Amino acid sequence: MTTAIATAGWRFRKPSVLPGFGLTLGFSIAYLSLIVLIPLAGVVWRSAELGWAQFWSIATDQRTLNALRMSFGGALVAAMVNVVFGTLVAWVLVRYRFPGKRIFDAMVDLPFALPTAVAGIALTSLYAPNGWIGSLLAPLGIKIAYTPLGVVMAMIFIGLPFVVRTVQPVMEEIDREVEEAAATLGARRLQTVRRVLLPGLAPAILTGFALAFARAVGEYGSVIFIAGNIPYVSEIAPLLIVIRLEEYNYAAATAVATVMLAISFLMLLVINLIQAWSRRRFGYGA
Amino acid sequence: MDLSIRKVCKRFDGFNALDDVSLDIGSGELIALLGPSGSGKTTLLRLIAGLDLPSGGQIFFAGEDASRRSVQERNIGFVFQSYALFRHMTVLENVGFGLSVRRGPARVPAAEIRRRSLELLDLVQLSGLEKRYPHQLSGGQRQRVALARALAIEPSVLLLDEPFGALDAKVRRELRSWLRDLHDRTGHTTVFVTHDQEEALELADRVVVMSQGRIEQVGTPDEIYDRPVSPFVFSFIGESSSLPVRVEDGQVWFEDRPIGIPAGEVANGAATLYFRPHDVELLHGCGGCLAGTVVSSRRVAGARRIDLSMGAGDVIAEIEVPADHPSLAKGRIAFRPTRWRIFPARADAAPTTGSASSGAALPRLALTGS
Repeated sequence: MTTAIATAGWRFRKPSVLPGFGLTLGFSIAYLSLIVLIPLAGVVWRSAELGWAQFWSIATDQRTLNALRMSFGGALVAAMVNVVFGTLVAWVLVRYRFPGKRIFDAMVDLPFALPTAVAGIALTSLYAPNGWIGSLLAPLGIKIAYTPLGVVMAMIFIGLPFVVRTVQPVMEEIDREVEEAAATLGARRLQTVRRVLLPGLAPAILTGFALAFARAVGEYGSVIFIAGNIPYVSEIAPLLIVIRLEEYNYAAATAVATVMLAISFLMLLVINLIQAWSRRRFGYGA
Repeated sequence: MDLSIRKVCKRFDGFNALDDVSLDIGSGELIALLGPSGSGKTTLLRLIAGLDLPSGGQIFFAGEDASRRSVQERNIGFVFQSYALFRHMTVLENVGFGLSVRRGPARVPAAEIRRRSLELLDLVQLSGLEKRYPHQLSGGQRQRVALARALAIEPSVLLLDEPFGALDAKVRRELRSWLRDLHDRTGHTTVFVTHDQEEALELADRVVVMSQGRIEQVGTPDEIYDRPVSPFVFSFIGESSSLPVRVEDGQVWFEDRPIGIPAGEVANGAATLYFRPHDVELLHGCGGCLAGTVVSSRRVAGARRIDLSMGAGDVIAEIEVPADHPSLAKGRIAFRPTRWRIFPARADAAPTTGSASSGAALPRLALTGS
């Protein structure tokens, strides 16, 4: 009977013995509206004051385009790097026991907790041409600080914990017997990882990717120190917004913000659709 | 392929999971490892598969020492209790996995993998389900996918860990006879672990009874059931009643009187009498028998089980009587076991068997172990 009801179609609410639906839903909507929806609507509203032609000219301005490309391109590269290294770090933390593991585990959270400016200054002093690492790379002709490379570096730094912390719990739940089954069937270690373990982790990795990407797109504090903020080269979109605000050009600031909002929303939507598809297909969480 | 296990030990953090286990398994045999949890049966299975390495001893595959061979090289079909199916793969991909990971000269073309996987799905009666994912299958179907996946690599030995453990009683019984059938058709050397004695006795050619990391007895289901060599095997297999008795001058005494059972070769002294509840004859009054007061009775299928309070202590013996037996509550019932075994209180001495029909003790069997 219950399945008949469930398959009958979407219902506004399933009758439940436990009270609280109205209260919790009402609170959630009110909260989301105040904290998220209204401010975001405000951004779109302010930029709408510009009129379409002016909005378009600001949005397609070369400096805006370059800043957007730096932000989204950098975030994409950083998130991809984090997917690889974050998964590796999670693997080490889940699978191996070694002295200092708990400290290592706690350290993963540091980029979460550190004030972003501190991270930015630390990274800059390391990677600047006269810093510890920068001075080693300088003779090779590699410049990190004050280049787009530096921006990506900072974005990798702040995004790492997102991947580790989303992949880790899922990895902990991998049934050891699945790996053993693959081994008895003759699969080498690498084949097991590639064909058995990674596909199982894909949804978690994708979530981690989305979170790291979103964080990197919005990152400001740590990036501006190491970026050098050269217009058209290493200037990120959030910084461009701040620059416009300081010029009291609120409309232009919100126009850039609206473009960022739209791109971010689209990317997260796509990632969520991929997630939903993989859930449906493989029955995760079903 | 035949298997030979030689003096294998396995220690986990100071705990002996397996202690000096030796066992020979013939080619094409269906062997059950039977024992309570913690008896080491799953550990033994994992050692054969190479999923764990023994702390001592050797395992031979067809006369060749397998100790140095990795899991992948052993060519083992292993069916896990949890099935361990790959849930992001379809049923067909699961079955074909073992073939698809082969590289180099052993590489199998995709069309061939598909053909063989479909053939195996047909063998395990899952044709038509090849496009499903594991989460869309019932427990019994998953079990058969796991089996087909293990068979796909044409294993030299098939190992099954509690193959029917997670299934409900009806599916279990169906799969049991189906597995026996499959074994007879394919002829793989098969070892399965179970804690269900009914399953072991019904399915296996030979049963290995294990307890506390040791093998208690190896034998055909008949040998295990009719001639258990130790108190553990007697009480673990089937139903049993036991009574503390005394052996004096070739006679078995319970408390103050002989009970009409010859002691055979058991030496004088304290001993324990084991018998099955259904292997008793009821007597009308007796000189030289067992008698007790009815404590409780319950109907078990076609018969009635009665708990008797025996003698002065609070010793309870269970016997089976016909369902229409007028066993009144608090009445007295006299009986004598028709088949029994007497184990001396000292575990290293020889037990003795007997049955009223043969009238003589069966040949003496030495207890295994030390």
